Parts: sequence; structure tokens; C-alpha cells
Amino acid sequence: MSVILQVSSLVKRFGDLTAVNEVSLEIRAGTCFGLLGPNGAGKTTTIELMEGIKTPDQGNILYQGEPLGAQFRNEAGIMFQNTALQEFVTVREMLVQFSRFYPRTADIDQLVEEYSLGEFLHQDTRQLSGGQKQRLLLALSLINLPKILFLDEPTTGLDPQSRRNLWERVQQVKAKGTTILLTTHYMEEAYELCDEIAIMDHGRIIAHDAPDVLLARHFDDVVVQIDENDIPPRVGGPEFDATYRNGNAHIVTEDVNRTIEKLLSLGVPLDRLRIRARDLEDLFLELTGKELRA
Amino acid sequence: MWNRIYALFVARNTEFFRDRSALAWSVLLPVLIIIGFAYAFTEENPEKFKVALIASSQNSIANEQFKSTRFVKFIEVSDIESSLPKIERHQVDLLFDTNTRNYWVNQTSPNGYIVEKLLIAAFADSDQVLKQNLLQGDAVRYLDWVIPGVIAMNMMWGALFGIGYVIVRYRKMGVLKRLRATPVTPVEFLTAQIMSRLWLLLVVNVLIYIGMDYFVGFRMIGSYLDLFIVFTLGCICLICCGLVIAARISSEEVANGLLNLISWPMMFLSGIWFSLEGAHPWMQKIALILPLTHVTDAAREIMIDGAGLMQIADHLLVLGLSSVVLLAIGARIFRWE
Repeated sequence: MSVILQVSSLVKRFGDLTAVNEVSLEIRAGTCFGLLGPNGAGKTTTIELMEGIKTPDQGNILYQGEPLGAQFRNEAGIMFQNTALQEFVTVREMLVQFSRFYPRTADIDQLVEEYSLGEFLHQDTRQLSGGQKQRLLLALSLINLPKILFLDEPTTGLDPQSRRNLWERVQQVKAKGTTILLTTHYMEEAYELCDEIAIMDHGRIIAHDAPDVLLARHFDDVVVQIDENDIPPRVGGPEFDATYRNGNAHIVTEDVNRTIEKLLSLGVPLDRLRIRARDLEDLFLELTGKELRA
Repeated sequence: MWNRIYALFVARNTEFFRDRSALAWSVLLPVLIIIGFAYAFTEENPEKFKVALIASSQNSIANEQFKSTRFVKFIEVSDIESSLPKIERHQVDLLFDTNTRNYWVNQTSPNGYIVEKLLIAAFADSDQVLKQNLLQGDAVRYLDWVIPGVIAMNMMWGALFGIGYVIVRYRKMGVLKRLRATPVTPVEFLTAQIMSRLWLLLVVNVLIYIGMDYFVGFRMIGSYLDLFIVFTLGCICLICCGLVIAARISSEEVANGLLNLISWPMMFLSGIWFSLEGAHPWMQKIALILPLTHVTDAAREIMIDGAGLMQIADHLLVLGLSSVVLLAIGARIFRWE
């Protein structure tokens, strides 16, 4: 697959803080690439450099082999993390306004249909709910039939239902062959949508591959999870080989049978036992020593 | 390019008309100005005519008869010289020296003509002989002099705040950032803002002009087209001032302070309310660099003296050049974020 966007050795400093430190990436056409990391890791700065919104202090960004220019502006769709929409304008007027900015545009009625904007099409942009606003912003970013779509934390602040709804829309866009670059701090979102992820921390990329490849490379074990309250006090604490998170004891093991035998011998009830594969959250913890959403 | 400018132009106009509070304010302020002027310059005084008198020691019957005329306001003055300009500007209808029976009247003044007839009638049965002295000059009231400045001032508020405030608010809210992610260029964005503000201001000012003319009435002897050109050019120049201020600031408070910092001195140093003749030389020099001075002066020359474009070419040149320079600076230092 051809590389649509290539960045090499990007550096961006704000005063003493190096927000982006020697970041190099290649985004292949037609894939969904996820930039994963905790708040303050430099995800937004990196994506805004790649969008051409911020200028890097060092490094290069090439879109289809060329520096970012008019062609990129016409072919890129961008959805920011926080965008205020112009006030006193309706959703439809907003779509019409943005469609006039581009030489090649999507059919507005079709966008309205696909992103379910019909029910609030003639409302002032100030009256939209969080989920409605995100759908409008997504539609706006797709108005120029972009070849590459940038989504900066598209579901932050949405309720679970709206989040899932937006994921479905993004899947639709992806199915049409649009390249997507997204940032998120939800590992579930990255796992659901992305073909390839890069994990960022302190402005650097610390791991980069397909999610399953990354997990397979770092882990050959699974997690046995039991409710904290099911563990008798005398076996709790440090002598019991587990980490405690969110009210659960997580026991990492390469041999599930032996672990369960041990739990049975200790008299631990197994009614609420769960066995799960290692996920990106574990990977992040492993790589950085901290939790993703801390 | 024009498609993008048009899209931004329409969006800004829509926002302007739907933002009721801002719209109300931009209509209300001119209305208040008109009402204020209509009130201030409406004569409630029934004394329609003004006659200046040089008092004498011995009173004649004819004198008394003239002075008893109703609805004429008699003002006693001490010397002739200082009163003559008032006759020329129609501020006083007639000057009568009761000692020498010389009288001065402006032959283009209708009021002067009527008062002269009254004076002659009063002396008809008398053997005293009146001596007529004719003066010339067109009526110029303070109202006529101040109106061009008032229109220019209203334009200044609309241009500076209408542009400066809106762009700063767009920047603060992130509207500009979103536009930056599209093919829209700063020049396209600024052009659309200028055009939107320009036509709105011109429409508002034409309405103010018509309103003031209807309610108060004032002198306008020049060409309407020339006046329109002066106001259009002045409007562009003031809008460009607003652009420079709004080019980088992202705080409405700072923008507000800066806009006030340049608008208030302009209010008082541009000679809107009083002539700067006789003011301190440095004040006159400052006045010359303020766009509002040139708009006001050029509009006065057209409206009061009937000047043509050639006579006000220097003002137009200053306004045109400043617009170009300010626009270039504004576009150069403009930041989306």
C-alpha cells in the first residue's frame, strides 16, 4: 500500500516543554491509524502538526510526496477536538457554507441522510447536543470528500451510546477507502477502529504496530480477574500475586489451569471469575508504568 | 476564490441579522443620534426672527414701534464689526444701528427680507431716513457643520467595533481555527469581512442620513455621488484600522481596550464637535493622521461648500493610501490562532 502521509523527525516546543519529540510516522493509504496516549502526551500537537495547523520547529511532513499545500487543503478533512461553530447559523447553512470552500464536494442531502442530521437540520448550531454536534462536525469534515480524515479525540465527552454511534459512522467512512488518522485516549476506541496504532508518551512514540501484533509481541499471558471482595483477607495483600484495579484483582498468568487450582485450594469463590486477553490498557501500563486514563 | 469569499460574506450577514441584540444596538444608536439632534435643533422659541440692535440714547417713536414687533427677538449689541459675520451666516437676520439708522441685511436671506420690510414699515410715517447696507453669504448653522462629523463618527464605531470585535471573538471561539483547516486564505477571509461590514454600514448610514434630513434638515449643496465616495472610502479605511487591531488579539477585553484607545481620541481630535482652528499645533498635527479627520473634512467641503472630487483629492488620497497600507499590515500580521 502506498504512503499517503509521511512525517519525519517532527519536533515542536512550547517554551521549555518539548511537546513533540522526534516523531516519525508513515500513514498508509486506506488504513485507520490511531495515536494513543494519556492527556498531555502530545497527541493533539502531533495531529495538528500533521494537519498543517501548527508549524513544526523541526522535521518534515509530506502529503503524497509533496509538502502540505493547496492540494492537501482540498483533500484533507479535519475534525478538531473542540470546535466552536459559528453562531446564529443553522446546521444546513453551515454545510452549504463549507461546501462553497471546496472545488469538489459531497452531496449535502446525502451527508444529511448518512449522518442523521435531518432532525436538527434547521436548528441554530448553539442548540445541538454533544452527540449531534460531533455528527455535524464529522459531516463538515467530510464535505470535501477527503482522501485523508483527521479526527482528534472524536468521542471525548460523549455518552456511551453516542460514542458507539460515532464509531459506526467512522467505520462507514473507512469502508469507502478514506484514510483516517485519529487520536484517542480510549484504548477500546483504538482497538475497535484502528488497523495500526502508535502509543505516545511525553511527546515520543514508544510503540507502533497493529494492535494485535503489539499485544502478541509484549504478552504471552492472560489475566484472571476476580472481584476484590471474593478474596479472603488472609490471602489478600502482597503475598497474593495480583494487582488491584477498579475493585478487581488482576492475576497475570501463563497457565490458567494452575492459577484456578490455586484459587480453589484457597477457597476463593469463582462465581465472578473472568479470564481475558491482555488489552491495550495493560500494554500501556507495561510500557509506561502508568494508566492510560489516570 | 470568490465562491469562498461569498460563502463567508453570506455567513457573516446571516449572523449579523440574527444576532438580535447586536442588530438592535446598531440600529438603536443611530436612531438615538437622530432623536437627539432633532430635539436639540428644533426651535421651540416662537421668536422666528433675530435682529441685532445698536442701542441709542434718544428713542424715536419709529424705533419703539419697530421694537414692539411681536415674534422678533431683539439682541442688543455694542459694535457693528463683530455682528456682520452673523448676518453673513444667517445667524442674525438684520443689524440695525438706531443712531445712524444704518441697517445691514443679507440679500440671500428670506428672513432678512421680511424683517427689512417690517423695519421699513415701522419708519414709513417718520421723516427719518433709513440707509440700507447689503451683505452676502449663505446660511451655515452649527447643525450643518456638525452633521458630516456625526455621520462619520457613527461609521467609525460601526467599522472599528463591528470588525475588530467580531474577528477577535471568532478567534477566541475557534471559528478561525476551523476555517484554517479549509482552503480559505486570510485574504479571502478578510475580504469577506470587509465587504460584509462595508455594505451594512453604508446602508445604515444612508438611512441615518435620510432620517436626519427628514427630522432636522441640513445643508447639502455638493454631489451625492461624491459624498457617497467619501463615505465609502472612509468606511474602508476605518474597517482596515479595525482589521489591524484584530489581527492577532484573542482576548475580547484587550480588543475592547485597544478599540476604545483609538476611537475616543478620534472622537475628539478629528474636529467632529468643534473646529480645531486655534487648537495647539500638535493637536492639529495628530488630527491629520486620523482617518476620521479626513472623512469629516471632505464630507464638510462637499456638503457645505459644494466641493467637487478634485478639491477634496488630498483627503481621498490620504484615505486611499491608508486603507492600502493598513490592509497590507492587517493581512501580513493576521493569525488564525
